[in-house]
Amino acid sequence: MAQDQANEPARIFDMFRKMLLIRAFEEAAGENFFAGNVRGSVHQYIGEEAIAVGICANLRDDDLLTSYHRGHGHSIAKGADPRAMMLELFGRVGGTSGGKGGSMHIADFSVGMLGANGVIADGCTISVGAAQAIKLLKQDKIIVNFIGDGGINRGPFMEALNWAKVYELPVLFVCENNQIAATTTTKTVTAGDGIAARAESYGIPAVTIDGNDLLLVDRTAAKLISEIRGGGGPRLMQAMTYRLRGHFAHDKALYRAEGEAEAALEHEPVRRAEAWLLEQGISESEITNAKEEAEARIAQYVEDAHNAPWPDLKAAFTDVQDVGAPVPGAGQ
Amino acid sequence: MSEMTYAQAARLGLKEEMDRDPTVWALGEDLGFEGGMAGQYKDLQAEFGTDRIVDTPISEATIMGAAIGGALAGTRPIAEMRFSDFAMCAVDELVNQAAKARYMFGGQARVPMVARMPIGIRGGIAAQHSQSPEAWYTHVPGLVVVTPATPADNRGLLKAAIRCDDPVVYMEHKGLWGASGEVDEGDVEPLPLGVARTVCKGDDLTIVTWAAMVGVAESAAMTLRAMGISVEVIDLRTLWPWDKDAVFHSVRKTGRLLVVHEAVQIGGFGGEISAEVSEHLFEHLKGPVKRMGGARIPIPFSIPLEEAYMISAEQVAEKARSFF
Ligand SMILES: Cc1ncc(C[n+]2csc(CCOP(=O)(O)OP(=O)(O)O)c2C)c(N)n1
Repeated sequence: MAQDQANEPARIFDMFRKMLLIRAFEEAAGENFFAGNVRGSVHQYIGEEAIAVGICANLRDDDLLTSYHRGHGHSIAKGADPRAMMLELFGRVGGTSGGKGGSMHIADFSVGMLGANGVIADGCTISVGAAQAIKLLKQDKIIVNFIGDGGINRGPFMEALNWAKVYELPVLFVCENNQIAATTTTKTVTAGDGIAARAESYGIPAVTIDGNDLLLVDRTAAKLISEIRGGGGPRLMQAMTYRLRGHFAHDKALYRAEGEAEAALEHEPVRRAEAWLLEQGISESEITNAKEEAEARIAQYVEDAHNAPWPDLKAAFTDVQDVGAPVPGAGQ
Repeated sequence: MSEMTYAQAARLGLKEEMDRDPTVWALGEDLGFEGGMAGQYKDLQAEFGTDRIVDTPISEATIMGAAIGGALAGTRPIAEMRFSDFAMCAVDELVNQAAKARYMFGGQARVPMVARMPIGIRGGIAAQHSQSPEAWYTHVPGLVVVTPATPADNRGLLKAAIRCDDPVVYMEHKGLWGASGEVDEGDVEPLPLGVARTVCKGDDLTIVTWAAMVGVAESAAMTLRAMGISVEVIDLRTLWPWDKDAVFHSVRKTGRLLVVHEAVQIGGFGGEISAEVSEHLFEHLKGPVKRMGGARIPIPFSIPLEEAYMISAEQVAEKARSFF
């Protein structure tokens, strides 16, 4: 784990707590998927938590973020209410989107989290537009666009990089490279020297780091974000990581070599951050307490979600559009 | 006859066509290891090799564009889009290129490709994975639009789509992947495109439908029969061209028409059928043609809201009773 004098153990411990909260949220999301309480698909962020947490720790509340289908961790890291998120996964009243979006469309605009996305790489172009708006409004915010390694082979990623550089927009592209896209190993379908090289070919400064190293993500994010905020234009961070679970909760990941996921546990970000904290003098019991606290909080939210009411059917017809809004029963 | 699922039947049809014609190939994401979202390509890569079942990057525009190029250059590609929602990333290629090439180039070009893009609600996958945009493509000159409802049809129509020299938008319904039915393995001929199937015969009311609504309409017809209303259910199978003869023939007999589809009703293909029947069979109609389709809302995630969008057999039966 990279060390830095500036990294106060207390600050890192706070970040660690966020990671634990994400981990507990994702475990609960998976369990409740299997129990039939959460429908659709659940893409867990387990094993990648250090990236979202390390980056968002360096963002302001008014900074913006776009995500992809694996968006729970980004949301929690940006400050979304995990209780409302759990209610959303259960499709209940009180969910971040009133139960209308679910896991794949998790969003919390109140904290600048402009949405997970069911369509790969669409967040890239949306981020470019948001950055144009930031410029137009003369704000000093930035936007972070998270994308998976598989997503870089869609045109919108390349178009967004080009555009962001042409107008020197305040975008931090973060590619969470877990090396696999659904069942396809990304490098088998990706030419060239990789993600960072693509950004560099457009003149965008890019760094590749160990995304499971919380302190390193934190420090790198601090630097990149201050450069962007200072008017330096877009940056790209490629954060190497490993998805410890299947693509979605019901994927058994049989495409993996035997023992691969077990071996990866050694490098997983929660353990590593924990080891660093212990070295810094945080006690075992403080760590245990933090874990229990995260799990208890999430368990409570699951219970709340079970008890929350289902949305009224009228809700299906709201928030479609103002002009020509649907009228229940009409035109049917 | 053997019993198989809608996905297995599609796989069988594809395999038969790949055996028969070495220029048939498919390209898409996760086709090799995963074998497609529902196993509709299962083990085909092992059998036919990586040049005929091509694993692609996540590059929908190029999957579609490459299929067009492959077709122009003398092969029969199947562009697998996984969800009709993702095919929207490649509508330009499909509409501006595939559908136009033959005409623009004065008949020099043919685009014998299949754009395979499953539609419909599968339960809980919300606004960007559940849409039914079949009507969009019926509006585009040059395209054929196919919507199979049964395992046997999914085999026979896929075979026909592959052999068709026009670009075919092939829309399986995701909710039907696991539905099983009888398939006559001995009959290897493709089904004709543009020919409807009469699901059940009746004299009082015609219900025209397709895809997942066929089963719903069929069970509504059973309920109605018990109530003394005799319903003829027609599964259109192909939306363009659609089997006007079969529909007109039935409506001349029953004098009543209800069109049912899962897609949003407004601007849906039911409007076209309704207009044609009203225009040409007015004197045979005992009342106005009626339609049932989805509300004009994105598909919501939450169970009760999604259910509110969906059309049940009870609702179809109730609508049918409103004719009498
Ligand atoms: C445009 C589009 N194409 C295909 C899909 C289906 N799909 C969902 S996730 C996924 C793999 C994504 O891999 P990656 O971008 O590396 O992110 P990861 O899941 O590994 O976090 C695919 C192909 C989609 N959602 N959108």
